[in-house]
Amino acid sequence: MIEALSYGFMQNALIAGLLVSIICGIIGSLVVVNRMVFIAGGIAHGAYGGIGAAFFLGLSPLFGATIFALLLGLIIAFLTLKDRGRIDSVIGTLWAFGMALGIILTDLTPGYNVDLMSYLFGSILSVPSGDLWIMGAIAGLIIVLIGGGFRSFQAMSFDPEFAALRGVHVKILHYTLIALIALCVVATIRVVGLVLVIALLSIPPYIAERISARLSHMMFLSTIIGMFFVLCGLSIAYMYDITSGAAIIMVASVGFFASQVFTRERN
Amino acid sequence: MNAIHVNNLNFAYHRETILESISLTVTPKDFLSIIGPNGGGKSTLIKLILGLLIPQSGTIEIFGKNPKEGANLLSYVPQNTHTNSDFPITVLEVVLMGCLDGRCWGRYSFKQRQKAHEALKQVGMSEYANAKLSRLSGGQRQRVFIARALCMEAKMLLLDEPTASIDIDGQRQIFELLQSLNSKMGIIVVSHDINVVLGYANKIAHINRRLYMHDAPSAATKDAILTTLNNAQGHLCPVELIHAQTCNHPDHQGKS
Repeated sequence: MIEALSYGFMQNALIAGLLVSIICGIIGSLVVVNRMVFIAGGIAHGAYGGIGAAFFLGLSPLFGATIFALLLGLIIAFLTLKDRGRIDSVIGTLWAFGMALGIILTDLTPGYNVDLMSYLFGSILSVPSGDLWIMGAIAGLIIVLIGGGFRSFQAMSFDPEFAALRGVHVKILHYTLIALIALCVVATIRVVGLVLVIALLSIPPYIAERISARLSHMMFLSTIIGMFFVLCGLSIAYMYDITSGAAIIMVASVGFFASQVFTRERN
Repeated sequence: MNAIHVNNLNFAYHRETILESISLTVTPKDFLSIIGPNGGGKSTLIKLILGLLIPQSGTIEIFGKNPKEGANLLSYVPQNTHTNSDFPITVLEVVLMGCLDGRCWGRYSFKQRQKAHEALKQVGMSEYANAKLSRLSGGQRQRVFIARALCMEAKMLLLDEPTASIDIDGQRQIFELLQSLNSKMGIIVVSHDINVVLGYANKIAHINRRLYMHDAPSAATKDAILTTLNNAQGHLCPVELIHAQTCNHPDHQGKS
C-alpha cells in the first residue's frame, strides 16, 4: 500500500480526493441544510449537456461543463425564488434534458466517442496536474466567499425572511450559493464523476449534521468524514483493483447506514 | 407619537381580498393582541406592517416613517413553523442574527456578542447559550427567538403566534415575559390562544378581512382569567371566558 504512494498518479488522486472533500464539505453542508440536494443533482447531471456540447464544438469539456452548469444553476435559482411549488418537476426535467443533450451531441461528434461511464464515476486515478490547480482555485474561492460571508449565509439558510428583514441580501446570496454549487460540480465532475459529487455533497454533511451544534462545525466535520471515505475507498480500489469512484461511494454508503444504525441505537 | 398608524389599508392576493379598509393605531405603550380565524389576515397585516408585503392602497406609518425606513424600529418573532428544526445552530448564534446590520462580510463583533448575551439573560436563557437549538423545548425555543428580537433594539415587538403548539405552562411563561417587556416597548401579538391573550393585552383587535377593535377586559376580568389560567392543568374551558367578556363586535350584537 505504501509503495503505491510513490506513483505520481496516486499522489494526484490523493490531492484530488482531499480537495474534493474540502469543496464538498463546505458546499455540501449548505446544500443539506437548505434542502438543495435535488438542485445539486440536477446541476451535476445536467452539466453533461455542456460536456457533449464542448465535444461537438471542439472546445474544452471542462469549459463547456462550467458554462452549462452555471446556466442551469441560474435558471434553477431564478425559478426557486419565483415559485417553489413545482420546482422539483422542473429540476427533474432539466436534469434529464442535460444528459440527453450530452449523449446526442457526443453521438453526433464524428470520430470521437467518449465513455459516459467515466463521467458518471470519474477516474480519480488519472487526474492531470492541471485539473488539480483548477480544483485548488475553486476550493480557495469557496473558502474565501463562505468564510467571509459566513454569518450572512448562516442567516439566509436558517431563516431567510428574518435575514431579509435585517438587511441581508438573501436573493444575491441564493444566486451565489447556486453558482458555487455549479463550480463545485465542475471542479469534481471529470475527476470523480457526477454520482460521486452527489454522494460527497450529501452523505458526509448528513452524518455531520447530527453530531454538530454549529454550521461551521458541520462543514469542518463533513470535510474530515469526506476525506476518510475517499482514503478508504481509494485503498480498497487499489487493493482489489476495482473502480475507484464506485469504491468511494460504497464506503460512504456503508458509513451512512452505520451512522443511521448508531444514532438510532443511541436514541 | 403613534408607534404604528395604519390608515384605510387594502390588500389582495391573487385578486382575493385579504384585508379591507383596515385602520389601526398603536402607541409604544400598548400591548395589542390580534385575534381572528385562520386565513382572516392576521399574519398578512403583520407582514404589511413589517414591509415584507406591499398594500394595494392605504398607508402605513411606523413612527411617522414608511415601513421600509421604519423597519429597524420594529422587531419581529416569526411563526415557529418557519424554522428548520434540525438546523445545526447554537442558541447564541440564533440570537446574534438579531444583531445583523446589513454588512454581509466579516464576523460578529465583541459588542454584538455582549448584546446577545444580555438579551439571553433578559429572557432567562443564559445557561443555554451554547446549546444546540433543536435540543430545546418549544417554549424555550420561543424565548430564544424573543431574545433575538430584543437584540434588534426596537421600540415595538411583533410576534406571530408565539405560543402555537406550546404547553399551557410554557404559554404563561412567554406571556409573563412579554408583559415585563411591555414596560420598555410596545407589543403586538397574533394569537389563537384567546384565553391567554385576554389576560395580558390592553387592546384587542379582531381581524376577519375587516378589523374590529375590542375594549380591553377590565382589571377584575383579567384577574379572573389569570386565576383560571393558573388553575388550569393543561386544559382550559373557554366557556368561562365568554361569560367574563362582553363583546361589541358588530357581528355579535343582539346575539348575547
